[in-house]
Amino acid sequence: MVLLWGSNAREAHPIYFHHVLKGLDNGTKMYAVDPRRTSSTKFADAWLGLNVGTDIALANAVGREIIAADLHNKEFIAHATQGFEQYQAAVEEYTLENTETITGVPAEAIREMAHVYAAAGTAQILWTLGITEHHNAVENVLSLCNLALLTGHVGRWGSGLVPLRGQNNVQGGGDMGSLPNKFPGFQDIGDPTAQAKFEATYGMRLPAKPGLHLTLMFEAMERGEIKGLYVIGENPADSEADVAHARKVLSGLDILVVQDILMTRTARSADVVLPAAVGWAESEGTVTSSERRVQRVRPAVSPPGLARQDTDIIGDLANRLGVDWGNPTPQELWDELRSLSPMHAGMSWERLESAGGLQWPCRDLEDPGSPFLHGWLWAEDLEGREPAPFSVCQHEGPKEKLSAEFPLRLTTGRALDSYNTGVQSGGFASPIRYGDSIDINPTDAHALGLADGQRVRVCSPRGSIETKVRIQPDIPVGLTFTTFHFPELIDVNQLTNPEWDRRSGTAEFKAAAIRIEHLHSNGAKPMTDDPALDLERTTEPANG
Amino acid sequence: MTITEVSVSLTINGRAVSVPQGTSLLAACESIGIETPTLCWAENLTPVNVCRVCVVEVEGSRALVPSCARAAEENMVVHTESPRVRHSRKMVLEFLGSSTDLSQASDLAVWMRHYQADPNRYGQTDVPAERIVEEPKVQDDLYVRDYDKCVLCYKCVEACGDDAQHTYAIAVSGRGFNSRISTEFDTVLPDSACVYCGNCIGVCPTGAIQFKTEFDMRAVGDWRPESQDVTTTVCSFCGVGCNLELHTQDNKIVKVTSPADHSVTHGHLCIKGRFGWQYVQPPTVSPRD
Amino acid sequence: MADLFIGDDLADDIEIAAVAAAVGATNTVVHAGERLVYGGTQRRRDHRHLLLPALHALQNAKGWISPGGLNHVCTLLQVPPAEAYGVATFYEMFRLDEPDYGPGVSHVTHVCVDAACQIAGSRELIAELEASGAQVHRSPCLGQCERPPAQFHQGIGRPDLVPADFAAGGAGLGGSPTEKIPQQGDPSLRLLRNVGVVDPTSLEAYRANGGYQALDRAIAMGADAVCSAVAGSGLSGRGGAAFPTGIKWRAVAAEQGRPKHVVANCDESEPGTFKDRVVMENDPFAVIESLTLAGFATGAENGWIYIRGEYPLATARLQNAVNQAQDAGLLGSNAAGSGQRFDIEIRRGAGAYICGEETALFASLEGFRGEPRSKPPFPTTHGLFSEPTAINNPETLINTLDIVLYGAEQYRRRGTERSPGTKLLCVSGRVTKPGVYEVEFGVSLGEVLALAGPLTGSGRLAAVLMGGAAGSFVGPDALDLPLTLEDTRERGTTLGSGVIMAFTDEIDMTAVALRIAEFFRNESCGQCVPCRVGTVRQHETMLQLQTAGGLGAKRRKLIEDISQVMVDASICGLGHTAASAINSAFDLGLLPGGRNDDN
Ligand SMILES: Cc1cc2nc3c(=O)[nH]c(=O)nc-3n(C[C@H](O)[C@H](O)[C@H](O)COP(=O)(O)O)c2cc1C
Ligand code: SF4
Ligand code: SF4
Ligand code: FES
Ligand code: FES
Repeated sequence: MVLLWGSNAREAHPIYFHHVLKGLDNGTKMYAVDPRRTSSTKFADAWLGLNVGTDIALANAVGREIIAADLHNKEFIAHATQGFEQYQAAVEEYTLENTETITGVPAEAIREMAHVYAAAGTAQILWTLGITEHHNAVENVLSLCNLALLTGHVGRWGSGLVPLRGQNNVQGGGDMGSLPNKFPGFQDIGDPTAQAKFEATYGMRLPAKPGLHLTLMFEAMERGEIKGLYVIGENPADSEADVAHARKVLSGLDILVVQDILMTRTARSADVVLPAAVGWAESEGTVTSSERRVQRVRPAVSPPGLARQDTDIIGDLANRLGVDWGNPTPQELWDELRSLSPMHAGMSWERLESAGGLQWPCRDLEDPGSPFLHGWLWAEDLEGREPAPFSVCQHEGPKEKLSAEFPLRLTTGRALDSYNTGVQSGGFASPIRYGDSIDINPTDAHALGLADGQRVRVCSPRGSIETKVRIQPDIPVGLTFTTFHFPELIDVNQLTNPEWDRRSGTAEFKAAAIRIEHLHSNGAKPMTDDPALDLERTTEPANG
Repeated sequence: MTITEVSVSLTINGRAVSVPQGTSLLAACESIGIETPTLCWAENLTPVNVCRVCVVEVEGSRALVPSCARAAEENMVVHTESPRVRHSRKMVLEFLGSSTDLSQASDLAVWMRHYQADPNRYGQTDVPAERIVEEPKVQDDLYVRDYDKCVLCYKCVEACGDDAQHTYAIAVSGRGFNSRISTEFDTVLPDSACVYCGNCIGVCPTGAIQFKTEFDMRAVGDWRPESQDVTTTVCSFCGVGCNLELHTQDNKIVKVTSPADHSVTHGHLCIKGRFGWQYVQPPTVSPRD
Repeated sequence: MADLFIGDDLADDIEIAAVAAAVGATNTVVHAGERLVYGGTQRRRDHRHLLLPALHALQNAKGWISPGGLNHVCTLLQVPPAEAYGVATFYEMFRLDEPDYGPGVSHVTHVCVDAACQIAGSRELIAELEASGAQVHRSPCLGQCERPPAQFHQGIGRPDLVPADFAAGGAGLGGSPTEKIPQQGDPSLRLLRNVGVVDPTSLEAYRANGGYQALDRAIAMGADAVCSAVAGSGLSGRGGAAFPTGIKWRAVAAEQGRPKHVVANCDESEPGTFKDRVVMENDPFAVIESLTLAGFATGAENGWIYIRGEYPLATARLQNAVNQAQDAGLLGSNAAGSGQRFDIEIRRGAGAYICGEETALFASLEGFRGEPRSKPPFPTTHGLFSEPTAINNPETLINTLDIVLYGAEQYRRRGTERSPGTKLLCVSGRVTKPGVYEVEFGVSLGEVLALAGPLTGSGRLAAVLMGGAAGSFVGPDALDLPLTLEDTRERGTTLGSGVIMAFTDEIDMTAVALRIAEFFRNESCGQCVPCRVGTVRQHETMLQLQTAGGLGAKRRKLIEDISQVMVDASICGLGHTAASAINSAFDLGLLPGGRNDDN
């Protein structure tokens, strides 16, 4: 059984979804939870259209129903978990009826989903940004983890919790230590053993205190505590929530250095641009996918003009700053990582080549890698670990409440043929791209007197933009939707809520309050198109 | 397919062979170095066994059997070079050569020579042999469908449908010799269900479906497979980890495929992986300039 | 359910109403509420078999299947439009382009151009009809070969009909048993005993003449004993392949744990064959009773009748029989008191010879293109919906009534040791009394022709087509041939579906052979290369024969080469037999002799 929750994998992870489809063809049942009736949900045995931001209530109700129907896995709970009693008490108020009121999903469907999930031989919960782009993202995730703990649908072949990663190497980035509080291999900064090991290898003292994540960095920049920023392969001038603010903050820096393959909006406002090679087509290295599979990338073409490998640029920079890092090959860098990160130790360059990728943890050369995690939950002695904790999560709803002034909910997502801020996917002429628009239900459109294709103004408490209306029966009443692929056309991140989850640093992209206004023939200015960004490959360093 | 540890023993061309139960005769032949022509079979698709170019003779079976779809059975006696087998393979190749444009089906050319197939012996001036005549369908900037090269192997339909993409934008329409791969009412692709995953291109054995880049380069005589390289790498567009094979010519990417044996993709991609590379470099030629 | 893309064209009210009447207005895959939608792969699969009835409804409503109509059906049944289009274009009876008929056209007249009608003036009839402004469609055999040239009216906004049914006064259901068969009243008739005698529209009349005694007896005997009796009788399939029925039933009976099906293959499209039609129209309850009996014997709860689309009267009478049987409790949750559920659904084909091939029939019924599937696996394990299925010809089925009633031994008293029982023969061509004959296996070909005789035309026999287009020609020297499975096989011919079509020596046999070649070319499903291209190349070579008045050595070799690959490498029986009649015509010297040149 598959519980697809807040994920439009059909469009955002199409090849992963092929595997889901194979399962469905073979008789797997799928329940889909999503405010929108996305293309993924159309493959489901049932779609449950909940109100935006009510995931925790729904998850708690499912948990409560599983317990009430005595379908929870008592043996597993006793063996491998802790905190069940508190959890049971906490979900008590989430009766089917209460939850129907909160979520808008018929009680009967919640009951049915709970029963099917609990009774399944194997079951997976899949989620994407629908769960994580909320101010209470971590609680959202934990509320789903509770369901897996309740039923024992975790740590076994075919069962588990599957967060789908949006980018080819977000997993790898974290693995490599691109987190403010971690060394590569998820070793804690400040942990004396790890600290000593890394300092010995790097030959220098390392800060023992975690750094800042992106959202905190912006706050620090705003306060003037950070004066210079070195951006590698990111486009925060388009991708941050409340971009107008983000752009202002960036422009107040003393120095902005951008290393990128394309002349993005952020690069255009930089003091120094360092043109780089395209990671997956012009460089040697590895990336790590959602399933923790490390795979090799290889150069097929040489970078244009003066664009250089990231490693070369960074090495040179180090050199200018007075350290000599030599000229290591990607394989040498990888071997250094293996010596420092035990979970990568078994992944020799040769094995990555011959096995076509390995899944961490892979601790030595004999280790075949790990297709799934958390198997220890089923081990006799839990491999010496603490039992997994249930978490008490309470329903809060979106920070930004609907009001008379802003009566519609706006949520965002991806379309199949486009990607993130459109920087890369803008490069080919997709016949199925429908351009900037805001999706709205026919009933709401009728009430507002809107026609399909009509241009309108969309206002949130933070700003307003112009776009065109797309009438979509698949959107529930009261909800609107737009992709975030057209920042230069529909600056949706001017509307989204910068309230972010304090634990994950992710902003609440999924739930803003808006209203839609007619454009008046007089008065309102026609939208001045931001001059279409010229995203040709940068070949010259723009040296300030 | 469930291939268990149980093995079966059979005889192929007089040689004893033992293979795991569930192994196709095609794979059994391959295991002892016997090469078999195939057209509608692919390792990443369910066998439809319609082309019949892979037939072999199984003693006790009245008709020849498609080796790609028939599993090896205990004590089977198989012949791959008998006169009946050679005749059928030759005739299938002749039939296809006499009715479709196989100029880009390079694998078949080798087998045509091997079986001395002569597609020109059909038709006379008074009654010419009917051929499939279709204009190339150029309906967008991504790929071209040129159905007079189509041998109706059903691969694209399977890749678009149940075997991978589940989009069902194309199906076989019509009947008999008038069968064609088609959208509903032959509507143009941009108005159809097509989501441009390009998985049909990936499986087409004859070039009936091909990248627009390849089509354009061929049109100006600049398609040079012999000077192309293939590099396997990983797609940059989401976190699934699809392997890409970048086909390059003169330091330019000219098309993208995925290895059929890769456990993530099974050779299938989405629009971003298949066509999203164009930002790395603009398309090579445009004959319309 | 899937994320289907449905275009902008909309159905009109007529189309929507027609589809609702055919598949039920609420019978949709997607059950939509505002915040809860049920769908899914299983529901989608469960509804797919309604596609063919829905397409029929559209075609009938407007005289074609419009893009809007197709979109509507695809939305209801969640079928991808490209697939639905692929299915619709497979069938002769469906049009996908808007016809330019003038106003008030109420039907299209299908006129048969196959052999029996070809030699009885179908060409002249077509010319006449076209001159009168009728919309004419040239059709393969319409299963009315005893009354050539045959016609069928495909209705637009009104039901389909066969004009000859009205001539005979038998149209609709109200009619009495008016069919006159040549052997009417012969007390030795078994399979045809009710034909023309018992009112085919009345269950009461059927029962009064001994109907449903066999089913009662079967239930009393138990399923196992019924299978034993059928196996012991030596009954073999009458659809053409002559497979032992008892073995088939036993195999299905042995399958446990999955839904099972019995199917009556009433597609009857083999040129020259019309016996099933005569039985279905005039003794429909026998078909229903015997199908129920088959369901009981095999433990199958689902009965299906797949009947060719050009048989409106037989369809109506079978449907009437099903309804009456249902009302009488002879079908349903406790069918005839058997303690077992058994229901029958009737499905119309839409003009495709290949859909008589059993696996193609399953595909068609399931809502896919009528393309045969590879065997193995066989229908007894992977039949309809990939579930265990016993499929039989209706003539095969009605034989089981006597077997159960009187026992295998009694049954075996007729016919020969290896071909027990009686056989229905479809006698047509140049004979005085064409029609269906029931004879014991073992009578000679000459005796049968004498029954239907004397010959008409020149009166001099040139050849007899045995077993239909998929069979072969025999010459006048074969009049002594005993009509049994074993003797025909030994003489290199076949009884097939019971076709005996007589040709006298004034007939242009080249034209007949050419038409047979064209038939296979048109009817090939197109799936496999040997048959898709082979039937075309064979037809072209026959055209060359006609234009050049003979074939040189190279072309004769071609004919042989083509025939060999079709026999050896085709997927199904259509390709396997597509060259057989033509080969036999060459062998018998019915076609212009070889020429000496090289071509
Ligand atoms: C091209 C082709 C057409 C066929 N048409 C029919 C048909 O119209 N009716 C029929 O009963 N069997 C037909 N058959 C035979 C069926 O495949 C199958 O053998 C038969 O329905 C089994 O029933 P039986 O055992 O009672 O004969 C056809 C076979 C082929 C190859
Ligand atoms: S277009 Fe290509 S893949 Fe599709 S059926 Fe034709 S030859 Fe096969
Ligand atoms: S032999 Fe002919 S009819 Fe049968 S599957 Fe092949 S193409 Fe279709
Ligand atoms: S490759 Fe086996 S039938 Fe086509
Ligand atoms: S109806 Fe014309 S040949 Fe059968």
